[in-house]
Amino acid sequence: MATAVQPERLAEQIPGAGFGSYGARVVFQDLEKSYADVRAVAGISLTVEPGEFVTFLGPSGSGKTTSLMMLAGFETPTSGEIFVDDQPIATVPPYRRNIGMVFQNYALFPHMTVGENIAFPLKIRKLSKDEIVRRTRGALELVKLPGYEGRYPRQLSGGQQQRIAVARALVFNPRVLLMDEPLGALDKQLRESLQLEIKQLHDQLGVTIIYVTHDQQEALVMSDRIAVMNNGQIEQIGSPTDLYDLPRTRFVASFIGESNFLEGRVLSSDAPICDVELNGVGVFHAPSRSGLNRFDSVAVTVRPEKVVFAKSKDESFAQPMNVATGTVENVIFVGETRRYDVALSNDMRLIVKQQNRASVENFHKGDQVTLAWCVDDTLLV
Amino acid sequence: MASIPASPNSEATANVQRKRFRSIQRRIQLRYLLLVIPAATFLFFFYGYPVAAMLARSFNDPAWGLENFEKLFRVTRHENWFGLSIPSNGYLRVFMITLRISTVVTVLTLLLAYPVAYVLSSIRPSRANILLIFVLVPFWTSILVRSYAWMVLLGREGTINRILIRLGINDDPVQLLNTRLAVYIGMVHILLPFMILPLYSVMKGIDRNYMRAAENLGAKPRHVFRHIFLPLTLPGIAAGCLVVFILSLGFYITPALIGGPRDVMISMLIAQQVNTLNWGFASALALGLLVISMAIYLVFNRVLGVERLYGGTRS
Repeated sequence: MATAVQPERLAEQIPGAGFGSYGARVVFQDLEKSYADVRAVAGISLTVEPGEFVTFLGPSGSGKTTSLMMLAGFETPTSGEIFVDDQPIATVPPYRRNIGMVFQNYALFPHMTVGENIAFPLKIRKLSKDEIVRRTRGALELVKLPGYEGRYPRQLSGGQQQRIAVARALVFNPRVLLMDEPLGALDKQLRESLQLEIKQLHDQLGVTIIYVTHDQQEALVMSDRIAVMNNGQIEQIGSPTDLYDLPRTRFVASFIGESNFLEGRVLSSDAPICDVELNGVGVFHAPSRSGLNRFDSVAVTVRPEKVVFAKSKDESFAQPMNVATGTVENVIFVGETRRYDVALSNDMRLIVKQQNRASVENFHKGDQVTLAWCVDDTLLV
Repeated sequence: MASIPASPNSEATANVQRKRFRSIQRRIQLRYLLLVIPAATFLFFFYGYPVAAMLARSFNDPAWGLENFEKLFRVTRHENWFGLSIPSNGYLRVFMITLRISTVVTVLTLLLAYPVAYVLSSIRPSRANILLIFVLVPFWTSILVRSYAWMVLLGREGTINRILIRLGINDDPVQLLNTRLAVYIGMVHILLPFMILPLYSVMKGIDRNYMRAAENLGAKPRHVFRHIFLPLTLPGIAAGCLVVFILSLGFYITPALIGGPRDVMISMLIAQQVNTLNWGFASALALGLLVISMAIYLVFNRVLGVERLYGGTRS
């Protein structure tokens, strides 16, 4: 994260040379964008460190694309400011921002060849012919499509178009690279391999990347930090592991990965362990968190893969555990896991995911089971 | 997995199957053909045949031969004011006038229509639909009515002259009606929708992200227009110009009503020949018009065809 990369070193590493620059620091300061009757972005503040890979993750309408568009210059903020390397840019026209962008559908110019597409930003900057040819070739090598100069975008596959779009966005050495759902149109396998390639490119070039996606898996795999957005605000920002293991709000817990929410009431909230009573099911324990009082409504939250089947209610565990009994209502075979819906009571269900291995016991619909999970894996939201 | 039994005549069965598929395919094609037959029959008997018969007259009326075409291309010499003998051909000159008027009208129409189409394609669809009505209402009004309207507006005592005098720009009425200018004004007005509509439809289909991408890559708005938007609208420009130019070539009512004595277009010449019962020569002129129209169509289609090649990636 945030490693400053020496440009001399880059020049040696990169085929075609001359790519990569210091990534810029990007600061969003109380940024707001309102349309007639909606606040698309309701005041976000965030500092993206030089060379960092930050993802805006959220459902559609959460304001993530609008934020990106304001950074690119296609939307003017209603209030607030954006700084790139300490320069305020909210009123700078897009063509003077020097920020690269990969569009959702790549926006490769259909009437230009791949070479002309990549050369476009260089030609606009009036570079010499030799330099343009050299840099275009270098950019194509960078995205592993050398020799594609003469083809038209429509002659390329989706994945190839995506790479050309990346090459075009990087060829003029922007300080920041924006990516707006760049893999959304591709199939799963290709998406996964390109995720790794983009990540590798990021490590190689040291450019600051701001990435927008609604795919939590993608965000987890690629990002240094993820800003989870909802209703125009950042719900939580943190590293992928932080967000997954310590979601602060129910929205984050449900948007990133899958979670069980068991509604209950706080019985006692003495640090470090808080007791929560679930109606008709029992009392569960979780690490307490500030701001909880007796009788507050709260949800006991646990990830499905952190729940295991126990032999009996009285089994002794090495760690403090929460234990519950229930009836298997449904079993779904998902390949690497089995997914069980277990009814703890009439209106309380728990999803359990179990690795599909010879050593684990499989259960069937109607089986009475005992479930257990670590108190430390339990969260209150 | 049960496999298909490999019997000795499986090859033969596959062939039979293939033939059956082919006959089904053919039956589907035949069904499509049937749908076209009524219109095609109508066109053949009531349009194709009469037109062919008319055009044939250029070769056989008043007698078999190329006499009509000789007349069309015959160059006469006449003396000018200084007594010099100058070759001239009145008929070919009419063709030249027609081509010139059509070219000017096409260029003017394009220049006026392009910004309008751009605005229409950029604003909200609900608003664009309202503005489109303003484009279409004149389009639905008879050419004759609109040409007469221009007579009222452009005449010596017409609205425009009266306004000019009232504003003190002119002391006396200017000659507007029965000039080349009047022909341009009238024809551009009538043909404008034919240019706006194809431009609008092409512009509407252009993903605005192309323009954003270009700006993002460092292109100023005027460069975005020149390098991205303009080239992407070429198919619309070609289609609009083709329609307007070919329609201009055959214009009759407007130049006849509001043009001057020198603004004789081919169709007027044809009408004049028909009125004097010179059917053969009239159809030779018509054939000339047809040949020019076809040639222009082929040239434009070539350009259009090339453009279509890179119609490519659209979201």
